[in-house]
Amino acid sequence: MQSINFRRYLPVGKPAIAIEFLNSWGIDEIVLIDITASKDHSRKKYDFIEEITRKCFVPLTVGGGISSVDDIRALLGFGADKISVNSYCLAHPEFISEAAKIFGNQCIVVAIDAVGSSPSDYRVYNAAKGAVMDVSPVDWARKAEAMGAGEIYITSVDRDGSKKGFDLGLIDLVARSVKIPVIASGGAGKSSDVLDVFCRTNASAVSAANFFHFSEHSVIVTKSILRSKGVDIRLNTHADYEKSPFGDDFRLKKRSEAYLGDLLFERIEKEII
Amino acid sequence: MHGKVAIIDYGVGNVHSVACALSFLGYRNMTTRDPKIIRQADALILPGVGAFGQAMANLKKFDLLELLNGEVLRKGKPILGICLGMQILGNSSEESPGHKGLGWIDFDVVSIPQSPQLKVPHVGWNTLRVENQKDLFTGLEEEPHFYFDHSYYADCSNGYTVARCHYGAMMPAVVVKGNITGVQFHPEKSQRNGLKLFRNYFNHLGV
Repeated sequence: MQSINFRRYLPVGKPAIAIEFLNSWGIDEIVLIDITASKDHSRKKYDFIEEITRKCFVPLTVGGGISSVDDIRALLGFGADKISVNSYCLAHPEFISEAAKIFGNQCIVVAIDAVGSSPSDYRVYNAAKGAVMDVSPVDWARKAEAMGAGEIYITSVDRDGSKKGFDLGLIDLVARSVKIPVIASGGAGKSSDVLDVFCRTNASAVSAANFFHFSEHSVIVTKSILRSKGVDIRLNTHADYEKSPFGDDFRLKKRSEAYLGDLLFERIEKEII
Repeated sequence: MHGKVAIIDYGVGNVHSVACALSFLGYRNMTTRDPKIIRQADALILPGVGAFGQAMANLKKFDLLELLNGEVLRKGKPILGICLGMQILGNSSEESPGHKGLGWIDFDVVSIPQSPQLKVPHVGWNTLRVENQKDLFTGLEEEPHFYFDHSYYADCSNGYTVARCHYGAMMPAVVVKGNITGVQFHPEKSQRNGLKLFRNYFNHLGV
């Protein structure tokens, strides 16, 4: 799904195919959110997860409308590794500790959607209700950590789908206020946006949806660039761009005619595991 | 490939992802606790996510202890323990005092020492230093990445450790003793490296 500011949604395709592709492009982890379930709990249906995890060989976090221990147990049985909780916990924070006690802190990711653009006006947004709450994301992240969250997944609603880059101020503010890992989300439009998060904030990981869905080879290209800039990141794909030239805009540069000519005679085997 | 792999379903852990990985590679596999199928299998996998005590209690509850001892120790059937499935190969664990492990490999499971710089559990991708049994790591890079998720580790100081990872200190990541193999990471969640490791393991067995 392509999402723009949590208001417009454009279907991209089947999740199973996206997961299979991202997996083969060397993504490190996948987060899958059921946006129908989060708005309407009666439409929760998790058994499709079992089908789409067939070709997912990386850790998978699943979320959307999670409101009971049974939901979590069902999802873990269907092949999820971690669970992302959000709106339900805003009214029932004790659910975080209940779940963390049973399944372990490492299993519980607390997702926080935030609106606003400066430290004084950042507020938590309840996407299920479409309402802005009178709580700052920093306070909520601290509380979630104290309740047993294993990770915080922070999304800027204003940057979501904008391609303007991450809200570095928001991300750094939240990442510095907790000890658990923080994942940055919302706004990736080019590889340098991802680099900015690693260089200029305290976040542990970066997440993107539209950018990875729509830009060709974006996972491998981005990771190659991060490595060339000294970020310690795993790059483990059959093909990589480690020795490729990049322009100032972080896009791949065309190789010389001589190099491309030589490629014609080079046999590149498909890797079969 | 005619071999059959039995994934032992003893109520802990994510057997689904292990089964998906084996099916993807084309191995016939069954997720089971049926003694008949376990006896017929050519290789066994002992998955595991959760607590040490619970895992051992479940093995007892489903009457699998005697069966596994017979298959693995007396018949010499190959078995691969994953994560918690590796830890229960040892004698005991700090996680669940009073619970005895399978005791197949002589080690105790201890907690990862916590410090302000070091987050426990150890969750995420980490690299291995391979010291021995290189054929298990054919086609992988020098220091291959695998996905870890654990708070305790096998304190195995004897010669059975074949690869280690560094998290605060060096800790065993792969142990091998004859037909018994244990891996602390999750090959089923380690993308190409994990699939390659499964392939190497079963190729080596001739399954």
